Amino acid sequence: MTIDMSQFYQVFFEETAEHLASMESLLLGLDVDAPNLDDLNAIFRAAHSIKGGSGTFGFNDMIESTHILETLLDRLRKEELKPTAEMIDVFLQAGDALKSQLDGHQNGAAVDQEKVTTVCEKLKSLAENKEIAPQLTTDAAPVTHQEPPVKSPESDDGYGFFMDIEDIKKQNEPDPGYGFFNTDSTEYTAKNISQAHGSENTNNSQASPSNVKDIKSGNRSAAAAPNPDAASIRVSTEKVDQLINLVGELVITQAMLSQTASQVDPVVYEKLLNGMTQLERNTRDLQDSVMSIRMMPISFVFSRFPRLVRDLASKLGKQVELKTIGEGTELDKGLIEKISDPLTHLVRNSLDHGIESPEKRTASGKDTKGTITLSAAHQGGNIVITIADDGAGLSRDRILTKAREKGLAVNDDMPDQDVWKLIFAPGFSTADIVTDVSGRGVGMDVVKRNIEGMGGRVEISSVQGQGTTMTIRLPLTLAILDGMSISVGKEIFIIPLTYIIESMQPRKENINTISGQGKVVHVRGEYLPLIALHEVFNLKPDVMEHHHGILVILESDRKKIALFVDELVGQHQVVIKSLESNYRKVPGTAGATIMGDGKVAMIIDVVSLVSMSHQQAA
Amino acid sequence: MTVAQMIQDSHHTDNSSGIDEFLTFTLGKEEYGIDILKVQEIRGYDSVTTIANSPKFIKGVINLRGIIVPIVDMRIKFNLGNIEYNEFTVVIILNIAKRVVGMVVDGVSDVITLTATQIKPAPEFGSAFDTEYLTGLGTIDERMLILVDIEKLMTSGDMELIENAAA
Repeated sequence: MTIDMSQFYQVFFEETAEHLASMESLLLGLDVDAPNLDDLNAIFRAAHSIKGGSGTFGFNDMIESTHILETLLDRLRKEELKPTAEMIDVFLQAGDALKSQLDGHQNGAAVDQEKVTTVCEKLKSLAENKEIAPQLTTDAAPVTHQEPPVKSPESDDGYGFFMDIEDIKKQNEPDPGYGFFNTDSTEYTAKNISQAHGSENTNNSQASPSNVKDIKSGNRSAAAAPNPDAASIRVSTEKVDQLINLVGELVITQAMLSQTASQVDPVVYEKLLNGMTQLERNTRDLQDSVMSIRMMPISFVFSRFPRLVRDLASKLGKQVELKTIGEGTELDKGLIEKISDPLTHLVRNSLDHGIESPEKRTASGKDTKGTITLSAAHQGGNIVITIADDGAGLSRDRILTKAREKGLAVNDDMPDQDVWKLIFAPGFSTADIVTDVSGRGVGMDVVKRNIEGMGGRVEISSVQGQGTTMTIRLPLTLAILDGMSISVGKEIFIIPLTYIIESMQPRKENINTISGQGKVVHVRGEYLPLIALHEVFNLKPDVMEHHHGILVILESDRKKIALFVDELVGQHQVVIKSLESNYRKVPGTAGATIMGDGKVAMIIDVVSLVSMSHQQAA
Repeated sequence: MTVAQMIQDSHHTDNSSGIDEFLTFTLGKEEYGIDILKVQEIRGYDSVTTIANSPKFIKGVINLRGIIVPIVDMRIKFNLGNIEYNEFTVVIILNIAKRVVGMVVDGVSDVITLTATQIKPAPEFGSAFDTEYLTGLGTIDERMLILVDIEKLMTSGDMELIENAAA
């Protein structure tokens, strides 16, 4: 029995966290001057669901806080009160308090009881003091204004919002009443409005229809929303991963079968071959849809930033507007989880170091309000996320001075790109004062390492006085990779396609040696170091002469190399398998995959190969 | 008290029943036994994908139903037996320390049950395995069976199978 309960706890914790997150984003999006009834309803519902859940599990402290929160929200929802900026602040604080209470139940973390009490007091006073409903400015005001007295008793029945905490168990199933009530009120509102129509003057009745629509649609969606789970189910990532693995297996088996089937007589086995074609198509479709399960829109990460920026900006006394573009861009859930910390760091950096104080901005002729733009987009096989600010830009001189202090090898003639890269050095910070926001110099190196750990890279461009743009490039997913298969001797290797610039058969006269050891190849006016894969991996190649084999030109971190291999085999989508789960990291490989014939092939770690060759050269 | 005895003692305190089942296999002329519970399956030797710059006794990796499994040839590791790969070459797939590892041996013979009284402490020398990894010597039908703590052996730094393994 205890085990069962703890299973439900987990669901409750997850759901509550989601409710809190949605509440927060709705609060932040709420226009104080013209509140959207729909949003207010949604916020109320989130609070209400948390209360219901807490009641079921007997988390009394959470019931109490949500109850108070709900009381105020309910009045707002019914337009008895008008939301103010102060209220929004308190709501956000209440959300934090609930989060800490939730954390307390989930992880046994200490709850700041004092803070919770203060927030509750604030909520109470807000709910009690402002009894008089303020005049609303919209055209629909006379109509909607009539509702509260009618609504109140009904909603009391539905929610038990004046109920004692002991009675809360009763209201664990508020949905039927809720939905019913809403449909009712929709009709009622409509009736009300049509009545109002008759009595109002032409001016108003012209404006009304749009309002009618608004109210109607608002209420209808509210009626449908209490049951949003019907459209989705909660599945553990473990199960999804298992599914992805199984489909991976299926793809491999299918490839094996089709390889065998290609050897039979097509005349005799026509039906079999038709079936094989269909199997191939179905398998591919299945793989695509299964992979898409793991894909999530990046809005899951972006949605936390409005709050962060708002809090941080007010703390630093700056005026900042956050713009987000491309929130719908989807990427792998694993990446979503990993990208969130580095992104947070970069946004905080932009805010703290990038955007100047309002006075400075006015002095340099800029709008007092700074802008941070977060954007995400697909570009080729990559996801590109940029964090751009219109702040002061990086200071070349300051970075160089600081680098000298740190004893890093720098000179004044370094290109900008190389200078910007210095900020990724461990312990590097040009902030004059160390604040609790940033300036300790811990971070940028971690950011870079994390992003590179995901197979991505970071680029910086900055113009002094105009701002800085950080660009993060990430692979679409961690699990699948587009690769070129190449052979050396009997072995097949996979090179990730993203690193390949071109492949070519070199002419003999284009290959030169340097001091009798290293080889370089002359490609389109550039001399590239030539690396033979068979030497790196100690293999016996079929082709010894460079001009009989193939050179694959690879680029990583703006450095190029020419990799010498026997021949190109083909292009595949491969499922990345870890070598480390049963073995250990193998230098020069980024993992392994299973080919169509069931054999294992190594995936070449281009980044380390390129940096290895350049270290040798240096 | 020798190391082997200490290991044997600790081994037996772990096993209150005092009865263990062992899978026996041969390496050269010696017969070895390992805890049957560590064995996942036994299969024939398939071609492997070699791993660059790895020790000779690590033959490479195979695809075991979608899992990449490293294959160790014990005959190379311990300089025993005829190293050839044919249809009789056997791979024991082990499940140790939450990992899956394959081990090439000369042949698998039997599954036997030994009681604590049938297990004698191993002397400090006399087998291809370092005595550190022996749990004792068993006797069946006048034949000696060398009992190996396969988990300890496979996770040791000697085998180079695990990163940062305790040497």
